[in-house]
Formats: sequence, C-alpha cells, structure tokens
Amino acid sequence: MQTTSRQFRQLAGQALTDETLRAALHDVERVMPVIRQAAFDQLEDPETMFDRASAIRDRTLAELDVYLEAFEQKVEQLGGQVHWAADGTEACEIVADICESAGASNVTKSKSMVTEEIELNAFLQSRDMTVVETDLGEYIIQLRGERPSHILAPSLHVTLGQVAETFHQHHELQRDAPLREPAEILCEARAVLRDIFMSADVGITGANFLVAETGGVVIVTNEGNADLTASLPDTHIVVTGIEKVVPTLEDVGLLLRLLARSAIGQRLSNYTTLIHGPRRAEDSSGPSNFHVVLLDNGRSDMLGTQFQEMLRCIRCSACINHCPVYTAVGGHAYGSVYSGPMGAVLTPGLAGLDAAAHLPNASTFCGRCEEVCPVRIPLPKMLRFWREREFERHMTPRAARYGLRWWVRLNASTRIYRCLLGIAARLLRALSSGGWVTRLPGPGRAWTRHRDLPAPAAQSFQQQWRRARSRPGNRR
Amino acid sequence: MMSGMSCGTTYIMNNQQNIHGNHAAVVVEKPRVALLVTCLVDLFRPAVGFAAVILLEEAGYKVEVPEQSCCGQPNYNNGDRAGARAMALQLIDIFQAYDYVVVPSGSCAGMLRIHYPALFELGSKSREQADDLADRTHELTSFLHDIAGVTEVQAQLFAKVTYHDGCAGLREMRVRDQPRALLATVGGLELAELSEPEVCCGFGGTFCVKYPDISGRIIEKKIADIRSTGADYVLAGDLGCLLTIGGKLHRDGSMITACHVAEVLAGMTGAETDADD
Repeated sequence: MQTTSRQFRQLAGQALTDETLRAALHDVERVMPVIRQAAFDQLEDPETMFDRASAIRDRTLAELDVYLEAFEQKVEQLGGQVHWAADGTEACEIVADICESAGASNVTKSKSMVTEEIELNAFLQSRDMTVVETDLGEYIIQLRGERPSHILAPSLHVTLGQVAETFHQHHELQRDAPLREPAEILCEARAVLRDIFMSADVGITGANFLVAETGGVVIVTNEGNADLTASLPDTHIVVTGIEKVVPTLEDVGLLLRLLARSAIGQRLSNYTTLIHGPRRAEDSSGPSNFHVVLLDNGRSDMLGTQFQEMLRCIRCSACINHCPVYTAVGGHAYGSVYSGPMGAVLTPGLAGLDAAAHLPNASTFCGRCEEVCPVRIPLPKMLRFWREREFERHMTPRAARYGLRWWVRLNASTRIYRCLLGIAARLLRALSSGGWVTRLPGPGRAWTRHRDLPAPAAQSFQQQWRRARSRPGNRR
Repeated sequence: MMSGMSCGTTYIMNNQQNIHGNHAAVVVEKPRVALLVTCLVDLFRPAVGFAAVILLEEAGYKVEVPEQSCCGQPNYNNGDRAGARAMALQLIDIFQAYDYVVVPSGSCAGMLRIHYPALFELGSKSREQADDLADRTHELTSFLHDIAGVTEVQAQLFAKVTYHDGCAGLREMRVRDQPRALLATVGGLELAELSEPEVCCGFGGTFCVKYPDISGRIIEKKIADIRSTGADYVLAGDLGCLLTIGGKLHRDGSMITACHVAEVLAGMTGAETDADD
C-alpha cells in the first residue's frame, strides 16, 4: 500500500490554503452530522444497535478463519471461485490473470476502497486493459488523475464547475452549450458510461459484506452502478478484505441499517444487492464466471493485537465526517486512501508505522469519532496505542521525546514542580506586555503563530494558597 | 479504601435538630475534598482554583490542596506510557486520603477517572488504587450538581454568555447539563448556545503545538461560531480550551472575554456589579 503520509505536514499546509477545498469541507461538517443525527433520531434505541453490531463484528473476528472457510465453501457450492491474496500485488495478479483468461480488454469497476488500496487500475492498465470507474465520483477523479479524498465521496474535493470542465476536456460532447446544471452533468456521465457498461468484458466490484451462512456478497450503492458492473459482463470479480465477512444474513440486516444511517443519514442505500454465485441454468442473464478475491494485506497481522477492534470497521465514514482534523485538511493530506480517524488507525496497520508517519498524531483526541462509530471502535485509544509504539521505537521527534522524559523527572517531586512553574511564570511574564505574550521563542512559537497567550499570574495558585493558609487567622 | 463520607475532619454544626429532637450541637463529619488544581490553572489562572474552593466550601466540604504535580496527560497522550504511569502513581499517593478529588477541568479529571486505571494491569495493587481514585474523582461542575446536590448559586453576571463543551469533559466525564443547570441560576446571565457546542476547539493538548496551522484553522471556526452568538463571554470548564479560545480572541482584537465556568458560578469575573449601572 503506497502512502505519502510522511508529507502530512506539507500536504495539510497546502490543503489549508485551498479555498475550494475549504468550502467543500465546510459542507461536510455542516451537513453530515445533522443528517446522521436525524436518521438516528428515528430509531428507538440506536445505542443497543451499536452494541449488537459491535458484538457481531467481534464474534466474526474471534473466529475469522472459520467464517471465511464457510464462505468459501458456500461460494464454491454456488459455482463460484474464491482466491486468497496475501498482499496487494498478489491480489492484482489474481485479478489480472482472471481478466486475461477471459480475454478481457475492457473492464468496468464499481467503487471499492480495497482496489484503491492495492492500486488495481494501474496494474490492469500495465497489462494492456482499459479500466473504467463507474461510480460517478470515482469516474470524475479517474479522469482527473486524482486519488479519492473521502472513502465514500471520493470526489468530495472537486467542485461542480471543475467536473464540467473535466467532462469538456475528456468527452466528445454532443452539445455546444457548456455543462452547468448538476442534472446535465449527470446525464453526460450516464450517457458515456452506458456504452462502457455494455461493452465491458469483466466487471469488478468490492463488497460491503460477505455472508458466511449463504456465500452471498452484499454491495450497496446509491447509483446502481455496481449492479450494472456486476451483472452485464460475463465475468464478475469481487475484490474485498478478509474482515468483511459476517456470520448470517440476519447480521447483515442490522449492519445495513447502521451503515446507511451513519454514512449519509439514509435509512437504506438506494441499491442494496445480494449476489450469490454466477448465473444458474434457470437464470436468463448474469455472468457465467464469478470470482471472489479475498485480500489480507496486513489485516490478519492486526488480529489478536491491540488493533483488532479496527477490523470491526464497516467503512461508513461517520468518524471522518465528524473529525475536526479531517474537516480542516481533507483526505489528500493523510496521504493514504483511508483518511480521517479510521485511516489514521488503519493505515499504520496495513502499510506499517513508518509509512503512516504523522497519522496517529493527526488527532486532537476530541473523541467524537468514537462517539459516532456504529461498531464502537475506540479510535482515540488506538491512536494512542500507535503513539506508544512510536515512542517505544524512538520515532517520536527527539525534542518531544526529551521534553516528555524531562517532564516526568521534573514532576517526580512536587517541590521541583513548584520551582519549575515559578520559573515558567517569570519567563512568560518577562516576555509579556499588557498581560499578553504575543510572540514566544522556540517550541512556543507554534502557539503564538495563531493566538496570544495570557501572562501567568505572579504567583501560582499553589503558592497563593499556601501563603494564605499559613497566615494566622486567615483560614477560611 | 476511603470513600463516601467515612473520614474527614469533625466539626460542630449548630442549630440543627439531633435525633432526640433537641436543638443542640450535633457532631457531623464534613467530607474532605482535595482540589486537583491542574497545571494550567496553577500557572495561568489561579482565580479558577479559588473559585472552585469557594464553590466547594459553600457546598459544605472541607477543601484541601495537597502539594501536587502534573497528572501525566501530556506523556500519556504522546505515547510515553511508562512516564504517565510514574506520574499517576505519584498522584494516586497524594490523593489517597481524601473522600473526593475534584478537578476544574474535564480532561485532567478524565485522565484520573478513565485513563489511570487503564495504565495498570488488572488485578495489580496499583490498579486497585487507580480504580479507587477513579471512583472518587469528579469534574467540578458535575460534582457540585450531581454529588453535592447544588441547585443554585448566588452569583450574578449581567451579560450574554455562550458555553463551549470541552471534549474530554463532555465525552469522558459526561458533563453537559450540569454546568448549564448551574449557570441558569446566575442572576442576569443569558445563555446563547453555540451552533456546534460539541465541536473541538483545536487545543488537543500538545496537538496545538505539533500542528499549529491545523489547530489554527479549527479554532478559527470555533471563534466564528462564538461571535455569531453575540455573547460577551465565552465559558468552558477546561482551561486548555479557554487558553486557545481566549488567545485567539485576543489575537483577533475581539472584546469577548473567555472565562472558566467556575469563575462565573463563584461570582469572580470582576464584572458582577454591572447591574448597578
């Protein structure tokens, strides 16, 4: 998994000056929490649903191998094939081989973060295949040569005007007037994609859930593009992560209700499709070849560790939409296909802590992510676990490491602590004028970059308290 | 372990009926509260500590301030678990003898109440002590409202105020309604809610110095929300948030004052006499 997370600081800096992005992110933080809350207000007892959902996910993860093998067996009984991929390269090769043996030159794909994770498009193109994204957002960023900035709304950072511009650039438009209205733009995309759907040799989709009990693959979309991707070509390949399996169809029911509400405040996505194997003899249409590629890519290494609970994630993006850091800098700054709090926990798990660099630190620990997570993933706690590993491995910046070590030593005695506070107060007071410090030197510069600091009191609370109490007759 | 009202200094309460129905001196044990001052209050705003003492004493507690140090939150949140553990052990020791430990900060209270136990292995002696301290630790306004049963305060502040929910207080300590209930009894005070009171102010402990520009953007949005209420004061229960909010307001040349909720409840904002104008 490729990341540019080491450049988080620079990427975030660029993002903060991007006014277009700022407007888009403002919409996310303004709208998403409201519609999500409204959707949950309709339910009698969402908290119990969260409990049940996280219990389902935990039960699955506790016996992941058992459920995956059950799923595999069912898929084979239905006439499909299951492939196991240890990493991204292996998954890409499996998919490319299937495509080649189907003699494919045109491949359609519906939105799938796992295929973004393994960079499947580039791989298939290197094997001389044409891959077209069929989700509108993904299609837009594919034309623009960009990466998704949100796991659910990949082209969140692109404005309507930019979409029109992109289409004018890449399409042979049948019209003279420029595209303006959303409906016009949508019609344009639909017209182009319709032909692509019809001529595809292989369709690739992701999966929201895999059902161990039935061998079913559940895919939800709001555009219906996954259905056309999956059902029109003669070969359908599902590429997904091993953690997506759930025991029963009934479990899926609960998770779907939470997924759509958490994601975009809908009771259910527009399209919820349950696919069981290739076409049967009695079916009039559908693909004759059905493959499921199950990707590990670091997931099983998280099992049995402090990070196992992260594998409960159902990719609803509620944590992202409610994150003050994400809504300040957007998804590209994270340098990973997974952004926001879930990305900051998952990326080091999949790509390694080195490659995820800043991400565990890109949080104010406000805890809103955990509050809105429908499967109760303790995201701040896990970010802290990553920070602990960074500290252990001396990846924390040296100045911070020394600072923390000294802070412990200086706090080892309350007397030293008191002296330290006294020195700090004197220094800060010397730097202040009119009761405020407007420019701090050294590491304090970061504080005064955007705000002032009130000058400390001449005497600390503890000093004042003890002085007052030691004066006879002055006790409260 | 110490809990409830089993220990504490003895004092005489007059004019109270004893069990014999006589008006006579009755010996009552006044529960002992230790104030965890917090580093930021200690250094930047001692008035918050004194306000907390006044409120707690008025609520009938004996308040003590044992010599203390940092709770270890900076270390804990930056991955230095061993350092945090050492600092936790020190505070566990310092606060051992009190019925309650009250903190004028949601995040430091959360550190003691939620995170100290997580620092020690289940079944260990330290864990037992950490659990015991956690049970006795409370954030100031929720302690006053929920434990002390305070329903009103005597303070006055003739002004429009808004209230920012500090994240740790809100989500770790479940503080939301308590400060509002108490503020509602402050004479002359009008509370204008933020449109997003539960959104982070961008402080985040060391986050604000690790990523100053991101923190800067987050606080910018918070300030816009505060301004749109038309309030004269912005209140919060955490000095971390208040330093960020107040510091940004000052940088922007705003006339809005950032105050700790305890200062308002104790009538210590220095503006209580406005009603006489």
